[in-house]
Amino acid sequence: MIVELAILLPFIMAAAIPFIYRRFNKVHIGWLVLAVPVILFSILTTYIPRIANGETFTKTYEWIPSFNISFTTYLDGLSMIFSLLITGVGSLVILYSIFYLSTKESLHHFYCYLLLFMGAMLGVVFSDHLMVLYAFWELTSVSSFLLIAFWHHRKASRAGARKAMTITVTGGVAMLAGFLTLYTIAGTFSIRELIANVSIIQEHALFIPAMLLVLLGAFTKSAQFPFHIWLPDAMEAPTPVSAYLHSATMVKAGIYLVARMSPVFGGHEVWFWTVAGVGIVTLFWGSFNAVRQFDLKALLAYSTVSQLGLIMSLFGLGSAAHALGYSSESLIYTQATFAALFHLINHSTFKGALFMMVGIVDHEVGTRDIRRLGGLMALMPFTFTIAVIGSMSMAGLPPFNGFLSKEMFFKATVDILQLNIFSVESFGFIFPVVAWTASVFTFVYCVIIIGRTFFGKLQPDRLEKPPHEAPIGMLISPFVLVAFVIGIFFFPNILRRNILAPAMQSIYPSFPAEELTVPIEHFHIGTELFMTIGVIIIGILLYRSLPKWRAIYQLFSQKYTLNAYYERIIGFAESKSGWFTRIYMNGNLTYYFAYIYIIFVTIVAGYFVLSDAFTWSPSQDSPVEYYEMILLLIMVFAAVALLFAKGRITTVLLNGVLGYSVAFFFVVFRAPDLALTQLVVESVTTALFLLCFKFLPDLTKEKVSRAVKFSKATISIFVGATVTLVGLSVLHYEKFEPISAYFEDSYNLAGGKNIVNTILGDFRAFDTMLEVVVLFIAGLGIYTLIKLKAKKGETDVEN
Amino acid sequence: MKINDVILRTVVKMVVFIILTLGVYLFFAGHNAPGGGFIGGLVLGSAIVLLYLTYDIETVHNGMPFDFKKVAALGVLLATGTAIASIFFNVPFLTQADRYFDLPLLGETHLSTVMIFEAGVALTVIGTLVTIILSISEDE
Repeated sequence: MIVELAILLPFIMAAAIPFIYRRFNKVHIGWLVLAVPVILFSILTTYIPRIANGETFTKTYEWIPSFNISFTTYLDGLSMIFSLLITGVGSLVILYSIFYLSTKESLHHFYCYLLLFMGAMLGVVFSDHLMVLYAFWELTSVSSFLLIAFWHHRKASRAGARKAMTITVTGGVAMLAGFLTLYTIAGTFSIRELIANVSIIQEHALFIPAMLLVLLGAFTKSAQFPFHIWLPDAMEAPTPVSAYLHSATMVKAGIYLVARMSPVFGGHEVWFWTVAGVGIVTLFWGSFNAVRQFDLKALLAYSTVSQLGLIMSLFGLGSAAHALGYSSESLIYTQATFAALFHLINHSTFKGALFMMVGIVDHEVGTRDIRRLGGLMALMPFTFTIAVIGSMSMAGLPPFNGFLSKEMFFKATVDILQLNIFSVESFGFIFPVVAWTASVFTFVYCVIIIGRTFFGKLQPDRLEKPPHEAPIGMLISPFVLVAFVIGIFFFPNILRRNILAPAMQSIYPSFPAEELTVPIEHFHIGTELFMTIGVIIIGILLYRSLPKWRAIYQLFSQKYTLNAYYERIIGFAESKSGWFTRIYMNGNLTYYFAYIYIIFVTIVAGYFVLSDAFTWSPSQDSPVEYYEMILLLIMVFAAVALLFAKGRITTVLLNGVLGYSVAFFFVVFRAPDLALTQLVVESVTTALFLLCFKFLPDLTKEKVSRAVKFSKATISIFVGATVTLVGLSVLHYEKFEPISAYFEDSYNLAGGKNIVNTILGDFRAFDTMLEVVVLFIAGLGIYTLIKLKAKKGETDVEN
Repeated sequence: MKINDVILRTVVKMVVFIILTLGVYLFFAGHNAPGGGFIGGLVLGSAIVLLYLTYDIETVHNGMPFDFKKVAALGVLLATGTAIASIFFNVPFLTQADRYFDLPLLGETHLSTVMIFEAGVALTVIGTLVTIILSISEDE
């Protein structure tokens, strides 16, 4: 029950906020929202001991049984880690945001989106069914779009939100295709069943395409190279959002997916090289680019990209153990996955704290540009402490948790050299080399964060506000996180036993649980220690000579960056689609009707001709009565007269004649429901028309060329002929089974004698329901068009 | 300009009553005879439109102080609500239930949850219809 509650509670609260936010104009509504993650986190922690004992919890609700879609929640070690991060970091971020965002902002929107996001994220990590996972996955994209564009009056926010959405949703659609491919291979959407049938799946020809499609989703979401370009732009979001989405949760959804699907795909060479390769490239590229940033948030964004690459590459390396199967030799490779999970938690703690630190600097000083900052140490001692602990942990120094996982990362890249499959023996050397180089850059940018912000000369005239320490409320959350940074360093094995070990078991289900993790040691002599020492020495040298080699970055032409390519593709698509749209959307209703009718005739008549379905056998039709003939003549007369009508009132009335005659036909053919509807609709539309009547200009005779007239007439004749012929032919149509027999039993099945109404209300109520929604939206659309149209020249967005 | 519309007003006073009655009848008759939520809603909506046409907007609004946008929204909520409610009884989405009840005065009556669904349809139709016509007629 707890898992369903965890998914539902944020959504329930998000739905409640619009109704209750008005009561919170004096008190910050964030306090109310804070209760959600705190409650969930507390309840989830009570499950830790049982998860640590190897228990898992599943519950299934039937959702769409006919499509084999069920809402299955699954709580195991892996989803435990992520759910604890989502709710734990979520609580701290909301607490922080209470002090960060003033009550003047539209907080009810903000928290509504944030809760939606939290619920979606929990949905992703708890879903066992791939389709449900996909639905939540896209919901995280949509809610993060709303969050990034929270300050939507700024152009950069809108652009950043659109970029993030475009890239992650494109990846998400690819992932959907991958899931569907998996379904065609294995016949199941359940992740647990997929893992159970992994040997069958791997044999299939579609295995590699499915894997690559799923990876595309994971890579775009987790900002892996070359899709990382959205993450720096997403920094336009308010800082609490950056701390939450772009360090602790959303970007980790891709990591989660890779971890979760490792048992399915992990044994394959393509998976090993793609995940580890893309990860290691991202690690290097992110850290290399972070060094040149001047905006602290952009720097942290690139550092997040790089750290995500690190975790991703570790999962890739760890998958070697899947390929080898369980043996005492293959256990060494599982340690890469262990390092990945460990670093995942560590990264959330220190990166969350760092983002909050940058938020504090931005909030109290008014700028994030390191060229304008400096000398803040004495003025903001607490913020400085947070920055030092966070950065040093990220740089991989003791006594902080980043040191432990960074050492394990180095060890994993060295250990992989012993692998003798997947041609690691020839190319494997790139892992330790690139990992070490990237770590040097990581060290450099960590020093930049501290050095350029807190040391050096204070430049008060270049700051927006006089610098001073943040209020206590903003400091609580980052201090809790840095407490974890230090706490995890000193007691890593508590984490290992209770949190990491069960997650390892989820990733390596066929391995014995007790052998998967070894106690984490603080001090040891080995290659990795020398690598760390090397990173520190070279890193300090590089930092000192930073101004000299900064020019390297100028060697890349701005024209050839990925961002420039992205802009060019988007610009091209916009101009071409604009051009194409202007061709057919010319604002002339006549053209629209022409398009619709041409397509209608082509498809319907074309299909009937191709399948030879036109039949003509009047002998079987019932005889035509004389009053039907009269009605028909009236209609023909009205229709022809319409063409020659001079005034508007005449056309409206003639149109009415047509409508009412149709209604009479319904009466004659004993369709009272249709007749009633037709009569009322006809009356209402005529009334509507008469209302607008006085605003319309006089009917002017259209002056069109003979050719246009001719083509219009041709289209009309073809449409008329098609409809008539189809109408005559359907009586004898035999390609499909008629569905009318199904509705004959309406009284027994739906308890109604009026078949039309039972169809509308019972058999096809889904249509009716959606039609009602469409009607409502159309009504609102008309209302907004008329009532809320902007005054001429008035605009409420800045461009 | 003041229009002399005594005849219109007198007729409308009676006709609206008849139309409203017809609308309610059509709504309830729906499941077994011609009628139902859509037509019922249309008829009721057209009665209200007739009132607005005859009397000015403020007079009618004093008598019926509804925000018709909210009426439509309530309708959509009702229609989707009955659909969702069925999930909580562990039956597929949109499943409707019906039963015979022995009610005082009415005797044995057939009641169905479709009626709530249809009420949602009717309210949406009324709300949307009136909203559209009001916004068009109020436009300068």
